[in-house]
Amino acid sequence: MTDVDGEQDAGNGAAPEPLLRLDAVDTFYGPIHILQGLNLEVGAGELVCLLGGNASGKSTTLKTVLGIVRPRNGSVSFEGEDITSRSTSYRIGKGMAIVPENRRLFGPMTVLENLEMGAYLHGGGAKEDFDRVYTLFPLLHERRKQLAGTMSGGEQQMVAMGRALMAKPKLLLMDEPSMGLAPILVERSFEIIKQVHESGVAMLVVEQNANVSLSIADRGYVLSTGRLVLEGPAAELREHEDLRKAYLGR
Amino acid sequence: MHHLLLFNIIDQIRALGWGGAFTLLRNGIVLGSLYSLIALGYTMVYGILKLLNFAHGDVFMIGTFMGYGVLIAFGGALAPTIPFIPLILLMFAVSMAGSGVVGVGIERFAYRPLRNAPRIAPLISALGVAFFLENSAQLLTNSAHELYNGYALGGKNGNFGPLLNPVFTIDQVPVTVIMVIVVLTAIALMAALVLIVYRTKLGKAMRATSFDREAASMMGIDTDRVISMTFFIGSVLAGAAGVMYGLYIGDAYFFIGFLFGLKAFTAAVVGGIGSLPGAMLGGVLIGVVEAFATGYAGGQWSEIVVFGILILFLLVRPTGLLGSPAIQKV
Ligand SMILES: Nc1ncnc2c1ncn2[C@@H]1O[C@H](COP(=O)(O)OP(=O)(O)OP(=O)(O)O)[C@@H](O)[C@H]1O
Ligand SMILES: [Mg+2]
Repeated sequence: MTDVDGEQDAGNGAAPEPLLRLDAVDTFYGPIHILQGLNLEVGAGELVCLLGGNASGKSTTLKTVLGIVRPRNGSVSFEGEDITSRSTSYRIGKGMAIVPENRRLFGPMTVLENLEMGAYLHGGGAKEDFDRVYTLFPLLHERRKQLAGTMSGGEQQMVAMGRALMAKPKLLLMDEPSMGLAPILVERSFEIIKQVHESGVAMLVVEQNANVSLSIADRGYVLSTGRLVLEGPAAELREHEDLRKAYLGR
Repeated sequence: MHHLLLFNIIDQIRALGWGGAFTLLRNGIVLGSLYSLIALGYTMVYGILKLLNFAHGDVFMIGTFMGYGVLIAFGGALAPTIPFIPLILLMFAVSMAGSGVVGVGIERFAYRPLRNAPRIAPLISALGVAFFLENSAQLLTNSAHELYNGYALGGKNGNFGPLLNPVFTIDQVPVTVIMVIVVLTAIALMAALVLIVYRTKLGKAMRATSFDREAASMMGIDTDRVISMTFFIGSVLAGAAGVMYGLYIGDAYFFIGFLFGLKAFTAAVVGGIGSLPGAMLGGVLIGVVEAFATGYAGGQWSEIVVFGILILFLLVRPTGLLGSPAIQKV
């Protein structure tokens, strides 16, 4: 584990190219400098969590990965390809998907149509994609004709996850998947995250709930006002003094 | 002799009788079908960009000139060089495709660069485009009223053609071929639009983009392309309305887009801006109200009544008849 303050330990020799790499990324909103020299990697099949307090830049990081906002400096690469100047749809076509903050479902559209939007770049969804998602969330099949906006918070979370999985992503970005869920549903949603991860999907999960997310993650990063302050294997992060004080409340 | 408007109206209603009432209703429905087609363009663009596309009425105006251009290119209505059915179909095809391209161009050059600007900026740009199109058309056409002479289409030696033949009569009031064409074409185009919006991938992407543009782009939807297509479809409908206006009302003129467009806009507001069924309903309602106001109170009243309704709705029920209550006032 490293306390990040400038120096970055170079990969040990012939480390394989990570699935996603952010290299010295600076992201601005107008004049406001949000992400400051951010370096971050997600390996193929890896589950990485990104922790940090409110307004630390977690959502901005995911938006930078997706190309919703563009970094002013630095680069984003996916599977070794520099995608910094590529459009969001190009990136999603390459194998990214997101469960956005607050879910952002298409409220006046049905559950089925929401799932179809998730597979927009993949022909609106083959039968096997629907089957895969319906196996994970049988409720979505039952409710496929219901308008997404009329579902409960927990159900909406399933739609948001299902919608992202329709894209058959190699890298799944999740922005606070447990927000607004009752404790039992938080547990359930982390079980599903684990299950999806075990099926080989790499994930970058943003969470306020550090304890639960570190318990299933391989590695973690901690952001504070747009800078990385900690990174390392999840097991070590869980024991880290500062993190415990700041986020784990013990 | 009475001088009070109310008494005049009552006299008119008596004088015109049932036949007169049906004539007005007929005229209103036909006119209203055109308003509906144009109102759909206003409402679709409002739905996706929250923009009042003031240039839309002028896209309709350009459509009337495109239809006229095709008509003239093939000899004009009085001496056409090709049979009249293919000629009319060609007028529709060229005007619809051409208007569609004009609509896409307007979006590309006047609105897209202002996508992240404050909402007032594209609104001002829209007014600018409207003036630009009107004044260009005025210059290019020398302010002429270009007559379609649709009555002569398909007729021999300049006699009346089939467009004015009655298809059926009710209470001795004829409903002519062109009226049936207008109403049926409008219905067919609206049905096609509903199918596109609710059944196709593009339509679903349009709905998703209308609801939450950023979330739509997070799904990989190219929202700029979806917005372009929205302008294209709305303008295609306006182009179809343009040709039918020429054939039914009679002429192409640089200034019709303003008034006709404003009435169609009123229709969109009355129906509930952003709502497709609202635009369809609002168009027919405004058409019928205008026809009755003209018939019973006199032509000088039609605009007063229509725009009175616009103001009334904006004040009392800005969401319109079928609009969602969450909609923002503009
Ligand atoms: N579109 C925007 N325009 C201007 N500033 C923005 C924008 N989006 C985010 N910000 C600012 O950037 C900073 C980081 O925001 P971000 O959403 O990335 O934080 P976060 O870590 O996800 O916070 P939270 O845990 O509350 O979701 C905040 O100060 C926020 O106000
Ligand atoms: Mg956030």
